[in-house]
Amino acid sequence: MRITFSLQRFDPERDHAPHQEEFRLDVAWRSTTVLDALIRIRQEVDPTVAFRHSCRSAICGSCSMVINGRHTLACKTLIGPEIERHGPTITVAPMRNLPVLKDLAVRMEPFWQKVRAVTPWLEQAGGASSTAQAVLTKETRSHLHNVDACILCGACVSSCSSLEVSPGFLGPAALAKAYRFVADPRDGARSRRLTMLTQPDGVWDCTRCNMCVEVCPKDVQPMEAIVRLRRAAITDGLTDTIGARHITSFTEIVRQEGRLNEGRLPAQMLWRHPAALLAQLPLAIKMFVRGKVPLPWHPPLDSIRAIRRLFGRWGTPSSWTN
Amino acid sequence: MRYAFFPGCVAQGACPELYQSTMVVARHFGIELIELRQASCCGAGVLKEASPALALSLNARTLGMAQHRGLPLLTICGTCQGVLSSVKRELDEQSALRETINASIEQEDERYRGGLEIKHLLWAMLEDLGLDRLKAAVARPLTGLQVAPFYGCYILRPSGDLKHDDPFHPDSLEAVITALGATPIDYEGRIKCCGFPILLEKAEMAARMSGENLVDAKTHGADCLVTPCPLCHMSLDIYQQRAEQAMGRSIGLPILHFPQLVGLALGYSPKELGMARHLVSTSKVLQKIGVG
Ligand code: SF4
Ligand code: SF4
Ligand code: FES
Repeated sequence: MRITFSLQRFDPERDHAPHQEEFRLDVAWRSTTVLDALIRIRQEVDPTVAFRHSCRSAICGSCSMVINGRHTLACKTLIGPEIERHGPTITVAPMRNLPVLKDLAVRMEPFWQKVRAVTPWLEQAGGASSTAQAVLTKETRSHLHNVDACILCGACVSSCSSLEVSPGFLGPAALAKAYRFVADPRDGARSRRLTMLTQPDGVWDCTRCNMCVEVCPKDVQPMEAIVRLRRAAITDGLTDTIGARHITSFTEIVRQEGRLNEGRLPAQMLWRHPAALLAQLPLAIKMFVRGKVPLPWHPPLDSIRAIRRLFGRWGTPSSWTN
Repeated sequence: MRYAFFPGCVAQGACPELYQSTMVVARHFGIELIELRQASCCGAGVLKEASPALALSLNARTLGMAQHRGLPLLTICGTCQGVLSSVKRELDEQSALRETINASIEQEDERYRGGLEIKHLLWAMLEDLGLDRLKAAVARPLTGLQVAPFYGCYILRPSGDLKHDDPFHPDSLEAVITALGATPIDYEGRIKCCGFPILLEKAEMAARMSGENLVDAKTHGADCLVTPCPLCHMSLDIYQQRAEQAMGRSIGLPILHFPQLVGLALGYSPKELGMARHLVSTSKVLQKIGVG
C-alpha cells in the first residue's frame, strides 16, 4: 500500500523555520512501523533526513517523536492502526518542549540535566562510612510502582502542559525518577530530596493534566509518581507551600461540609500570602455580583456523619491540620 | 432516559448556570434525573493526593448510591467524570480492594458492587438520546456560529479509564456542535489543559496555559468556546482577564457550558440558561445567532 509520510524538516544551517515535506512509500502496512518507514526513506529517498533510533524494540528510548499528534515511540507505532484512524497520510514531527537539532532529532541535554538534578542514585544515610544495610523487599519494590520501567525516552516531557509554559519545570520524567529514590528504603536522603522537590519548578508546578500518563510507552504513570511525592512531602511536614495548602485546605473543607466550597478555598489556601489573597478580591466581587460565590459557610450535608466516618477510617495524619 | 444524577460541587457553587441549563435541557428531552443529594465531593483528584483510600471510599459511596437505585450515573463535569471513571476502574478490576473499601462504608445501600455505568451528559446526548433526535429538536439552528470545542483533561485522559474519545483526536463535542447547526473549529488547544488545577498556587503558569488556548481558538476564528467541564469554565471565563494580562492582548472570548450551547439551539432564552452569570459577556454570540 502506498502511504504518504509528511515529515517536519528543519535544517538550522539552511532554514528559518520548520516545514513539512512529503514522502511516498509502498509499505506492507500491517507489519511496518513508522521507524521502519523512516529508515527506508533515509536509505531509499533522502539520506539527509535526521532522526534518532537504535534498538527498534521499544527498549532504548531514542526514537520518541510526535506521530499524528501523539507523543510516542516510532518503533512501537505500527502503520496499520494509524491509517485506519487517520487516513493514508502519516504526519511526523519532532518531540516538543525540547529544542530541535535537525528534522526529527531534538537536543536532549535539557532533559538529561533535569534527570541529573534529582540525584538519580542511592545516597547512603549518615555518609559513606555507615555500615547499616537496608534491604529492598518484594513488598517495597511494589511501592516503586512502575517508575523503574522508565526508558528515558522523553515522550512525557514532550507532552507536558506545565513545561510548555514553564521550561524550568523539572518535568514528568525527572520527577518520576526522583520518586523512585524517595520511595526506596535503602536511600538515606529522603528529607533533603523532598525539600528540594518542593521548591519552585518542583512537584507543585505540575498541573495534573494526565498527558504524561497517557503517552508513556512503559506505563510509568509519571503523574502518579508526582502525586506520591506530594503526599510524601505533606506527610513529612512540608506543608508550607500554597500547593500543599491546596491539598490540606480542600480536604479539610470536604471533611467539614461534605462538599467543596469554592467560597472558602482561596482564603484558606492563601491567608499567609496577603498579596495573593488581595489579588483575588476584584474577581471575588465580580463573581459575587453574578451570584457565583457560594456562602462562605454551608450547612454540612445531612449525610456528613457517614462522610466523616470515612475520613476517620482512611483519613489524614494529624500533622495536616491547617 | 433515567439517571442517578451527580451534579458535582461547582455546578452547585461557582457555576449555578451549569446546573440551571442542565435542568432546562433534561426537561426538554424528558430526561429524568434522580439527584444524589447526599453524595460527597468527588475530590477532583485533590483528595486522592491526601489519601487514596479516602477518595476511593467517598466515591465508592456515590457509585453505590446510584447502583442501589438501579440507575446509570450521569455527570455534568469533566473532572467528576474522570475521577469517578478511574475509581470505577480500580474498584471493578480489584475485588479485594473493593471489599476493603466497602467494609468501611456503614450503610449497606451505599456499598458498590462493581459494573456501574457512568456517563457525562455529552456522551448521554450522543449514545442515549442520539444525534438524530437532537437534530430534530433544534429550533434555532446555530448557523454560522464558529465554536471552539474545549474538552479539558479529565474527560479525555487517561483514556484507559474513560474509554470514550480518542485522547488526541476526540470528536464527540464536534459531533454535537455540528448537529446544532454550528461549525466546530479545529485548533491544537482543544485537548489541552486549562490551567485550573494550579490557578491559585502557580497563577502565572495557569494564566499562560489558558491564555495560549484562548488565543489559539480566537486566531482560528472562534466566536465562542464550549466546554463540558465547569472547572475549565472557571479558568477560561472567570480568570480570562488574567489570561489577557499574561498574553499582553485582549481576548474577549465567550465561554459556554455544554448544556448552554444545546439549550440555545433548542430555542431557550439566554436568561433561562443563566448566560448573564458569566464574567465574559456572551452578547456577541447571542447577536450572531439572532437573539437578544
Ligand atoms: S516516564 Fe515514560 S514517557 Fe517519560 S521518559 Fe520514562 S518511559 Fe519515556
Ligand atoms: S500531569 Fe504534570 S507532569 Fe504530567 S504532563 Fe501534565 S503537567 Fe506535566
Ligand atoms: S528505537 Fe529504541 S525505543 Fe525505539
